[in-house]
Amino acid sequence: MIEYRSIGKTFADGTEAVGDFSLVLPSRTTTVFVGSSGCGKTTLLRMVNRMVDPSKGQVLVDDVDIATRNKVELRRSIGYVMQHAGLLPHRKVIDNVATVLRLNGVDKKEARDRSYAVLETVGLDSSLATKYPSQLSGGQQQRVGVARGLVSDPNILLMDEPFGAVDPIVREELQAELLRLQRDLDKTIVFVTHDIDEAFLLGDQVVILKKGGEVAQVGSPADILAAPADDFVRSFVGIDKGSRTLHVEQRDGVDVVVDGTGKATGVLEAR
Amino acid sequence: MSWFLDNFDYVRELFVRHAWISVLSTLIGFAFALPVGWFANEHPRLRGASVFIVAILYTIPSIAMFILLPGLLGTPILSVSNVVVALAIYAAAVMVRSVTDAFGSVSPAVLDAASAAGFSRAQRVFRVELPLAGPVLLAGLRVVSVSTVSMLSVASLIGVSNLGSLFTDGFRRDFLTEIVVGIVAIVVLAVALDLLINLVGRLLMPWASAQQTPRARISLARGSRA
Repeated sequence: MIEYRSIGKTFADGTEAVGDFSLVLPSRTTTVFVGSSGCGKTTLLRMVNRMVDPSKGQVLVDDVDIATRNKVELRRSIGYVMQHAGLLPHRKVIDNVATVLRLNGVDKKEARDRSYAVLETVGLDSSLATKYPSQLSGGQQQRVGVARGLVSDPNILLMDEPFGAVDPIVREELQAELLRLQRDLDKTIVFVTHDIDEAFLLGDQVVILKKGGEVAQVGSPADILAAPADDFVRSFVGIDKGSRTLHVEQRDGVDVVVDGTGKATGVLEAR
Repeated sequence: MSWFLDNFDYVRELFVRHAWISVLSTLIGFAFALPVGWFANEHPRLRGASVFIVAILYTIPSIAMFILLPGLLGTPILSVSNVVVALAIYAAAVMVRSVTDAFGSVSPAVLDAASAAGFSRAQRVFRVELPLAGPVLLAGLRVVSVSTVSMLSVASLIGVSNLGSLFTDGFRRDFLTEIVVGIVAIVVLAVALDLLINLVGRLLMPWASAQQTPRARISLARGSRA
């Protein structure tokens, strides 16, 4: 469990990234922070592994204030996947994946074996293991990034717009892959995105943020759609635009689902 | 040609001497420039100052440096160490700048990712920053090794023998062959050192040449555009 208690963050240059933020992120679920740039979502994510320390308040992981923990050890116990994968260009794929294990003192042989296993888990062919990151496609690099985040089997996985830099088709593949992985692995995932569709797809708990880390609404995707808190949320999730307000029209005895703009999106089946 | 064959042992002796003096000076200069350049990159405010001081050092004429150093170091006037120290100072002066640029060329995103993965400060410097600065460091080293080889020949004027002695001697005796042999030998040495550094770089940094493959360029371009 991750808990934010009255967190605030003002950077050295005076920018207030987060004003006053409190939230509990239940274990073994995916929480998505979603909002436009400047809403503090990445700052909130980076507080979990102390890449950013809050100016006020506390972050607790399993009821322990992480300010009391050694930064370097804390980071080694938490998986981190970032945009553009953030791989080390001078290390082969397999060594990139093994990085955290080696830093944790796992011996070379075991680290390699576990890294090959996790490459397979994320759907990468073992022939890529001896390549350098620059020799891989963007989507493959991102898979390596996910493999690196998972290799030490951390309880917590932080994902900072991990699929933001890949093309839409690859992004859909990676999203599906993450859902499949999460079904098997049951990690506590903190995911940051600016894409509300991605947030609704991946999140058990979705946190919609306004400027300065102000919470517009927290809830499951269904809760948010059923009862949007205000006009900001309505507009942010797209209810205003009509793409999320669906109704049924009859066509030759079949129930066709049509959205608010009149576009047919599917058919209704009895379960 | 017959002069060269008759004096082969002499030329070879000068060649070997010239090689070790320049290699040693370059390495000492590099060893000095590496931490200074790293520090200057870490502290941007010192960057300008360090580059300035180092540029001033470089403007001291080499012949003056060769003559002044024995007085400052207390070494005998004909000692090789004067020459090594002088050349090391020039080498460092040039390299501080390129070392600073080399560390500056390392992507901040990669460094951030390394910290997030759990590299400690020192681990990050030695296992991420230093290797990634490698290609630019190497480029700087190649320039300096060539300039050191050529600058060393001036030291023959103060009586420290090296391949430059072939110029001074040939000039005094008005003997063109000896001068030409000296020039060719120096060029051969400079090219050989350059090839050697390049080879060492390829062996130490296979990833840098892997990046040059056309396929990698395409995927890189695709990655950055998306």
